[in-house]
Amino acid sequence: MAPILQSTQPWVEKYRPKQVKDVAHQDEVVRCPHMLFYGPPGTGKTTTALAIAHQLFGPELYKSRVLELNASDDRGINVVRTKIKDFAAVAVGTNQRKSGYPCPPFKIIVLDEADSMTEDAQFYDFTPSTTAVQNALRRTMETYSKVTRFFFICNYVSRIIEPLASRCAKFRFKPLSEEIMSSRILYISQEEGLCLDAEALSTLSSISHGDLRRAITYLQSAARLFGSSISSENLISVSGVVPAKVVEELLKACKSGNFDLANKEVNNFIAEGYPASQMLTQLFESIVEDNDLSDEQKARISKKLGEADKCLVDGADEYLQLLDVVSNTMKAFSNMPETFAYKFSVGVLGFLVWAHHMFTVGLDVDTSAYFTAATMIIAVPTGIKIFSWFDKIRFGVRF
Amino acid sequence: MLWVDKYRPKTLDQVMVHTDIAHNLKKLVTEQDSPHLLFYGPSGSGKKTLIMALLRQMFGPGAEKVKVENRTWKIDAGSRSLDLELTTLSSANHIEMSPSDAGFQDRYIVQEVIKEMAKNRPIDTKGKKGFKVLVLNDVDKLSREAQHSLRRTMEKYSAYCRLILCCNSSSRVTEAIRSRCLNVRINAPSEEQIVQVLEFIGKKEGLQLPPGFAARIAEKSNRNLRRAILSFETCRVLQYPFTNKQAIPPMDWEEYISEIASDIMKEQSPKRLFQVRGKLYELLINCIPPEIILKRLLYELLRKLDAELKHEVCHWAAYYEYRMRLGQKAIFHIEAFVAKFMSIYKSFLIATFG
Repeated sequence: MAPILQSTQPWVEKYRPKQVKDVAHQDEVVRCPHMLFYGPPGTGKTTTALAIAHQLFGPELYKSRVLELNASDDRGINVVRTKIKDFAAVAVGTNQRKSGYPCPPFKIIVLDEADSMTEDAQFYDFTPSTTAVQNALRRTMETYSKVTRFFFICNYVSRIIEPLASRCAKFRFKPLSEEIMSSRILYISQEEGLCLDAEALSTLSSISHGDLRRAITYLQSAARLFGSSISSENLISVSGVVPAKVVEELLKACKSGNFDLANKEVNNFIAEGYPASQMLTQLFESIVEDNDLSDEQKARISKKLGEADKCLVDGADEYLQLLDVVSNTMKAFSNMPETFAYKFSVGVLGFLVWAHHMFTVGLDVDTSAYFTAATMIIAVPTGIKIFSWFDKIRFGVRF
Repeated sequence: MLWVDKYRPKTLDQVMVHTDIAHNLKKLVTEQDSPHLLFYGPSGSGKKTLIMALLRQMFGPGAEKVKVENRTWKIDAGSRSLDLELTTLSSANHIEMSPSDAGFQDRYIVQEVIKEMAKNRPIDTKGKKGFKVLVLNDVDKLSREAQHSLRRTMEKYSAYCRLILCCNSSSRVTEAIRSRCLNVRINAPSEEQIVQVLEFIGKKEGLQLPPGFAARIAEKSNRNLRRAILSFETCRVLQYPFTNKQAIPPMDWEEYISEIASDIMKEQSPKRLFQVRGKLYELLINCIPPEIILKRLLYELLRKLDAELKHEVCHWAAYYEYRMRLGQKAIFHIEAFVAKFMSIYKSFLIATFG
């Protein structure tokens, strides 16, 4: 008995705005030259591009006038030379309004994730770079600009070659603010009959980092698993975010200077099944906001976090990478600058010892002994400190 | 039949460890609104058990009637035609496979299987169109291209085919796939939960467990339930009735790695490195995964080391394990780690004792 299929359409698609005016808080005026939409994920780039296409051509002409290519499709040089070129080359009829839609005399090619356009290396002797593919596209653009408009969508505008970028009107999509996110989430919650309290709403906005798609996905996942009443904890559990307490425990282990304790914490973390990449993100946030750390220490820890993240993306072992990060963080913590208490105590001692200049006036033995001891207490650490400065100037930071 | 299989919960109601997750999954299936699912968590935490119980909940006892097939797919890959062979486990309503076994051609397997499932869409008793389920193991080992293809294909054929993805590390699964699935984190069971399961098995088998015996097995298992049950069965085979002081036998490969670590600590020389290489080959020939060897070796070395060296050694372990992922021959990288360790340790000994 196969289960009956109910509508399981993702809410991301269900609530995708159909018109440009409905797109959440991206208010720039939209004209129709070639366009380049760039910005972080989940901010409405694809939605805007598709909404423009739908508004221009309507449901009848949409399929024949719009070609949408995604990073998951083959989009190497061969596709540019065949599929895109063939679609771009065919001219369309003159400007005829069809049932209230403008239907301009051109077609639209939407290239989503244009910054990752590369050839599949598996069945070719060489791998043309993204640049090579984009150069092929540039020629196609020039040739067929009268009958075709290109909409490029990407996360990083710097990865689009200058000749392509300069031919397009550029639109930057900003991460959505908490208010905008909250209003959209509340709308979806009401439509779906969900009960979402203020704390849950705030949590959802903060864990989504301005990415509305992610927020909606988390909301739908929580609704499926936990029913119509959704709490802050429910959202955290479906999002894969590491609870703040776990991050604090790991940092505490780093600050303790005890390697075995830190190793145990890392083992527990891995056993709990949390993603190491998520832990790196949250560790970074905690480190940056830690006022007890010097800039140099923050820089050293951040550098290691970056290296570990790259290794994880390339498939390295989570336990070993996290252990390396924790070990490095521990070393950085143990090299902490002087605290205020230390400076203050040195100051007090210095104030009491100023009278050692009185040696020459013939003090009694007891007083002289006190000043000698106090002078040593200050002089020895100061000497060590000065020589460590010389060492640092000569060799840099060492462990 | 091994106890691991014999006492594997068949339904979501029988699940002893992740009862809350089982309850939520049951609710999902009851509403007949099953999204794509991604189960992630460490080995031996119960991911596969939950998946099998979920399939039974969806399709009834028929989900357990599976046949193992070695299937060949003919794939037209542009300039050439490919024949890809892969082992699948299938019932009338689901197919289970590990596409990563196909190496760099894994993307074609994913696309072909899902397309094929879409063609043979099942119809239920009321004549309504249903869906099949594709269980993909080790999704974190799929190539980037395969994950991109999977993302597109799972959108395209979502009406005909539901995906249940299973992996150890969700960090290696692309954001695009994670965002299209309901993510279910399966944490390793606690030692108390493992003890509970072992006592349940003991009761079913009519065994007398001395106090603290199950706890010792649980502690040795490192929160891996599968390993705990296998150790328990090994103890039963080796000696019954159990005694309070009965030793929990370690894995032979773990003892072997412990020996290697001792060898490395005793002498640091090219001759010793050559001997260690032979032992490492022995482990690899016996199909012990290279990353497991490296991690276990690190564990053994850290137990024997001074605190000041631990930081540096774990850095190099992470470094060489990463290099091993990028490279082809694991032995090079494990041996490089051993050589690096010998160098560090010898320098330390010279600096300390002259």
